Amino acid sequence: MKTAEVLKTEFNVQRIRADFPILNEVVRGKPLVYLDNAATTQKPRCVIEAVERFYRQQNSNVHRGVHYLSELATEVYEEARGAVRSFLNARSGKEIIFTAGATDSINLVAYAFGNLGLRPGDEILISEMEHHSNIVPWQMLCERSGAKLRVVPIDDAGELVFSEFERLLTPKTRLAALVYASNSLGTINPVEKIIARAHEMNVPVLLDAAQAGAHLPLDVQALDCDFLAFSGHKVMGPTGIGILYGKENWLDKLPPYRGGGDMIKSVTFEKTIYNDLPHKFEAGTPNIAGAAGLAAALQYVSAIGRETILSYENELLRKAVRALAEIPGLRFIGTAANKVAVISFVLEGVHPHDVGTILDSEGVAIRTGHHCTQPVMKHFNVPATSRASFSFYNTEEEISKLAESLQKVREFML
Amino acid sequence: MDELRELYQQVILDHNRNPKNFHELPHANRHSEGYNPLCGDRVKIYLDIEDDVIRDVAFQGAGCAISKASASVMTTLVKGKTVKEAVALFHKFQKMITSDTREPVEMEELDKMAVFSGVREFPSRIKCAALAWHTLKAALQNQEEQVSTE
Repeated sequence: MKTAEVLKTEFNVQRIRADFPILNEVVRGKPLVYLDNAATTQKPRCVIEAVERFYRQQNSNVHRGVHYLSELATEVYEEARGAVRSFLNARSGKEIIFTAGATDSINLVAYAFGNLGLRPGDEILISEMEHHSNIVPWQMLCERSGAKLRVVPIDDAGELVFSEFERLLTPKTRLAALVYASNSLGTINPVEKIIARAHEMNVPVLLDAAQAGAHLPLDVQALDCDFLAFSGHKVMGPTGIGILYGKENWLDKLPPYRGGGDMIKSVTFEKTIYNDLPHKFEAGTPNIAGAAGLAAALQYVSAIGRETILSYENELLRKAVRALAEIPGLRFIGTAANKVAVISFVLEGVHPHDVGTILDSEGVAIRTGHHCTQPVMKHFNVPATSRASFSFYNTEEEISKLAESLQKVREFML
Repeated sequence: MDELRELYQQVILDHNRNPKNFHELPHANRHSEGYNPLCGDRVKIYLDIEDDVIRDVAFQGAGCAISKASASVMTTLVKGKTVKEAVALFHKFQKMITSDTREPVEMEELDKMAVFSGVREFPSRIKCAALAWHTLKAALQNQEEQVSTE
């Protein structure tokens, strides 16, 4: 972590870029300008090396061998849990469950929570700006249990209508599952206020932090959320690894999600005794290399400094908004006062798909489509948007390149 | 930029700006709706078929330049054709856009369709070009439930 310590004293974006091998790639004959970070971030060398190191020198299965490598693999895996605990400032490693990603984490809670006994008449509260992964698992739970899904609306800036949240929060509400930062609008929700209000009504809150994890410092004790889900690959880590944080008393209460090896203490055909936390929720051989990679990613990000990253990204956001606002016919979708560095927009007369293809020919990678938030598209009455999303390795020059390329789109299509 | 010009040929850009037969068809006796869930493109095809001949055809919807131009060109190609001829055109189009990029495109035989051969270089855009044609086929077969590209 020597390089990272140097970085902490001074934010030097060129030095950071040197940590990400893929940023040197040439695509379609042009230097890559990667602005699809909300979909997934690129990986620094230390993450790639952690994964490789695991398979080259440490590979074995966890928790069950007596041989050297098995003990080493277990150590790598459990140390990774410790790194996540520290990253989230959770009280204990028992509160950190490794999953396949944020989607998997939410499904775990939806499934296990449902098995606590949800009844017709009970309600689950979500919002209009949720990613499909924080809608569908709850819909499935409602179908199974007869509970009802209630949806807090958003306004035309893409902000949660807080008074509606308060109105929809009733004694029938069993759980509120809300996004911390929206992947399609960039909106940062006032989660402290939301959680405090929900707790007054004894309603537990799950935060979908898939997007927030990439941009905002996360402190689960300060937030006081009951559950928090995030994906490793959006925070510089590998794909296929994610985290469910849950308060210990909640995780104790929830029945297991999947059955299998590692999640048990003993098995007979008459009776199985489940394992303690966190293993109760980790059936089967986990993604050990992924956990090692995730730990390296979180350490990398922490060494740069989450506040440093946030202030640099805020600067990028401000500059990008200013540059894009100059483009004739460009309309921002999502203009909340408090945003992460995610910009959705539509260009009058040009479909987002065409924008995406033409930018791609310039080496600029953005996302186009509904971003797995079809209700948001419906709210703004657009079939799709173009989305440029930033990370701390992006530069001002890349913002200029984006703006220039958008001018080209207009010249080409209009 | 060359590949881009190959994809967005002038004919496509023109049809995108000024699509032909882009309206509702009140006297339509067949219609079908197509949807590409990947990008949210929607197209509605209206047909007025009499004695097995497509007397009139129109479309509506929201989509990218490729899907809109494809629908527009398609309407100009199938107007006045028999149902059988229109289905044959569908197969011809389908064959062209899914063919190997090294295979030369027989311009004459494909007529105006040939301008869409550029999508073969852009796998993510093939469905954009195909949406209107799949929807047409469903309308021809009197299939009213939504057609999906997925």
